[in-house]
Amino acid sequence: MQNTKYTAAARAALAATLLASAAAQAGTVTIESWRVDDKTLWEDVLIPAFQKKNPGIQVKFAPTAPTEYDSSLTARLTGGTAGDLITCRPFDKSLDLFKKGQLEKLDGKAGMENFPASAKVAWQTDDGKDTYCMPMASVIHGFFYNKKIFKDLNLKEPKTQAEFFATLEALKKAGKTPLALGTADQWESNQIVFTSIGANYWKGEEGRKALIAGKAKFTDPQFVAAWEQMAKWGPYMGKGASAQTYADSQNLFAMGKAGIYPAGSWDIAYFNQQGLDFGAFPPPVAKAGDKCQISDHTDIGMGVNPKAKNKADAYKFLAWLGSQEFADLYTNKVTGFFSLSNHLISVKDPVAKQMIDWRKTCGSTIRLNAQIMNRGEPAMENELWNVSSQVLNGKMAPKDAAAKIQTGFAKWYKPQQRK
Amino acid sequence: MKRMPWHIAVFLAPAVLIYSIFSALPLLDTLRLGFFTSNDAGHFSFVGLANYLTILTDPAWSESFWNAMWNNCKFFLIHLLIQNPIGLILATLLSLKGLKGARHYRTLIFLPTLLSVVIIGFIWQLILSPLWGVSEGLMGKVGLADYFAPWLGEEGSALITLALISVWQFVGIPMMLIYAALLAVPEDIIEAAHVEGASAWRIFWEIKLPLILPTLGLVTILTFVGNFNAFDLIYSVKGAIAGPNYSTDILGTLFYRTFFGYQSQVGSPTMGAAVATLMFLVILAGVGTYFYFVQRKLTRYEL
Repeated sequence: MQNTKYTAAARAALAATLLASAAAQAGTVTIESWRVDDKTLWEDVLIPAFQKKNPGIQVKFAPTAPTEYDSSLTARLTGGTAGDLITCRPFDKSLDLFKKGQLEKLDGKAGMENFPASAKVAWQTDDGKDTYCMPMASVIHGFFYNKKIFKDLNLKEPKTQAEFFATLEALKKAGKTPLALGTADQWESNQIVFTSIGANYWKGEEGRKALIAGKAKFTDPQFVAAWEQMAKWGPYMGKGASAQTYADSQNLFAMGKAGIYPAGSWDIAYFNQQGLDFGAFPPPVAKAGDKCQISDHTDIGMGVNPKAKNKADAYKFLAWLGSQEFADLYTNKVTGFFSLSNHLISVKDPVAKQMIDWRKTCGSTIRLNAQIMNRGEPAMENELWNVSSQVLNGKMAPKDAAAKIQTGFAKWYKPQQRK
Repeated sequence: MKRMPWHIAVFLAPAVLIYSIFSALPLLDTLRLGFFTSNDAGHFSFVGLANYLTILTDPAWSESFWNAMWNNCKFFLIHLLIQNPIGLILATLLSLKGLKGARHYRTLIFLPTLLSVVIIGFIWQLILSPLWGVSEGLMGKVGLADYFAPWLGEEGSALITLALISVWQFVGIPMMLIYAALLAVPEDIIEAAHVEGASAWRIFWEIKLPLILPTLGLVTILTFVGNFNAFDLIYSVKGAIAGPNYSTDILGTLFYRTFFGYQSQVGSPTMGAAVATLMFLVILAGVGTYFYFVQRKLTRYEL
C-alpha cells in the first residue's frame, strides 16, 4: 500500500525511538486518560496507594484534554507510542478500538470478577462475549439547587414537574436566574438535560431498549414529551443563554446568582471547592408517586494496550483497580464519580451520597443514545446536541426535533426501518 | 560544454527537501487516501470516487458540505470586503507624511496578529458575553443597550461575529503588506505630481493605487487561501460542532469532525481525506482562476 522503502525507513526510525524510550523508562506503567482535572488526585492519592501494595512499579498518569483525547489517542495507538493502560470511553468509541485490535481482551482477568454484568455492558462486544475494559465509574445526572436561596424563598425540593415549574416561577419573581444553563457549548442540552429529564418519560431502560429493538420511535409521545418540557425552559434560562457556555453556567451557580443547576455528579467537586452550600434532587416525575428514573451513566473504564511495553505490571495495576481499596478511594476522593464495583462503599460527601441514594428508589438507565444508536451516519450524539439546544432556545419545535432525530436514525438502523 | 550548476541544487535542497517531506508528500498521500475506505478492523480498500459521490450526492453529507462551503464563502467575503479595505485605509493613513505616533499605531494594530487565536477567541467571548461582558454596558453608555444581543449564540449573527473577530485580529497583515508597497512608491513621481498641481486624493487614485494593485491582488489571494483553510478560531469558540445549528460550520471544522471524529462520532480518515481533497481543489480552483483572469492582466510598472 505504501512505498516500501519509505515504510522500512520509518520502521527503523520508530524502532530506534522505541528502544531508546524503553530503556529510559523500564518498569513504568503509563496511563492514558482524558481526566486532566484529576491529575493531582492520581499522583497524590491513587498511585501512592497502589505503590504501597506493589513497591517498585512506577506509574505515570498522562492525561490529554477531553476534546483532544480520542483523536490523539488514536494517533498514538496507531503509531505505537500509546501508554500501557488506556482509559476507555463507554460504548462505541472503545468498541471501535477493540475491533481494530488496540485493546486487550480482559475476560477472566484478575479484578474483573468484582463487577456486575450491568456495569460491563458499556465495554463489551454486542453479543456480550468479549469484555475489553474494566468498568471504573459512573456519573449520575440530576439538579443542584442553592440551599440558601431556597431557604430564603421558602422553597422545597420539587418532586413533580408541576412543582418544578412553580419553583422556577418563584425564583424568577425573586429576581434570580432560575436555571443556570446555556446552549453555547451544546453538549449540556443533550447529556445533562434531554437524556436526564427524559428518562422519566420513556421509563428509563424500557424506552431505551424499545428504541434499539425498533419497537419505539423518537416521534412517539414519550420521547417528544421530553423536548416539550425543554421548550418550556427558555424563559427561565436567563438572558443571552444562547451564548452562555458551560463555564458561564458553573460560575453563575457558584456565585449564588442562580437557583437551580441541571447537573452531572462530576460537578460536585467543583462546587465544593467554591464553598457553595447546595443540595440535589432527581429529575421531577409527572405526578406524585410515579417511579422515578435517573440517568446513571457508565462513563469511565480502563483497558490494556496490546502493544504495552510493560504488560505484566499493567495487569497488576488493573487488578488493583478492581479492588475494594480503589473503589473506596475513587468514590470518596474523586467526588462525583461512583464506583461500579460490587463492593460496599460508604459515600462521605453529602451531595454525592444524596445522588447515589437515588439508586435505591429510582430506576437506573444510561444516556439514551450511548449504546448502538451513535454508530451510524449521521452521528446521533451530535444531532441531539444540535436539536436539543435549538429546542431550549425556542428555535425548533419539539416534534420537529423528534422527526429530525428519527429520520437520521432510521436512515442507517435496520430495526427502525420496519413499518 | 558548460559545467552542471551544482550550486543551484545545493542551495535549493534544504527547502525542497523540507517542503516535500512535510508538505508535498502528505498532500499526495491525502489525495490517495481519499480513494480508499476502511472497515471496522481498520483495513483499507480501494473504492475509487465513492467517497466523493457520497459527499456530493448523499443528502446527509452534501447538506453539511454545501452549508460549510457557503458559510466559508461568507467568511471570505466579509474578510475581503471589510478587512482588506480597512487594511488599505490604515496603510494609506500610516504612510501620510507627518502623522504623529505612526509607529505606535502600526505596532498596536499589528499586535493582535501575533496573539494565539485561542486567546483571541477567549477574550472576545468574554467581551461579548451577555453575563459578564462589557459590550452591553458600553453600548448602554451611548444609548444602544437595546440593540445588544448574544451575537455569538444566534444563528443569524454568530458567523458574522466570528468573521469580524478574525478581521480584527488579522487586519494588521494586509496593512503591513500594503504599507510596504506604498513606501516603495518613488518620491519623485509623487513630487512631480504635486508640482503639476494634483491633489492628494488624485495622487492616491491615479498614482499610488495603480502602483500597489499587484500587492492588493496578493493580499486577496492570501486572504482567500487563509479563509478556506480557516479552522482554529471557530474551533476554539464554538467547538467542532460549530453551533448554533451548524451556522458557523466551515470546511475546516467539517474536515475535523469527519477526519478525527467528534465526541461519539467515530472519525473516518478516508472520508476526512476526501473532504480535505475537496478543500484543496476549491483553493486550487480559486488560486488558478485568480492567476488566469486577474494576475496576468495586472500591469506592472517598472519604476
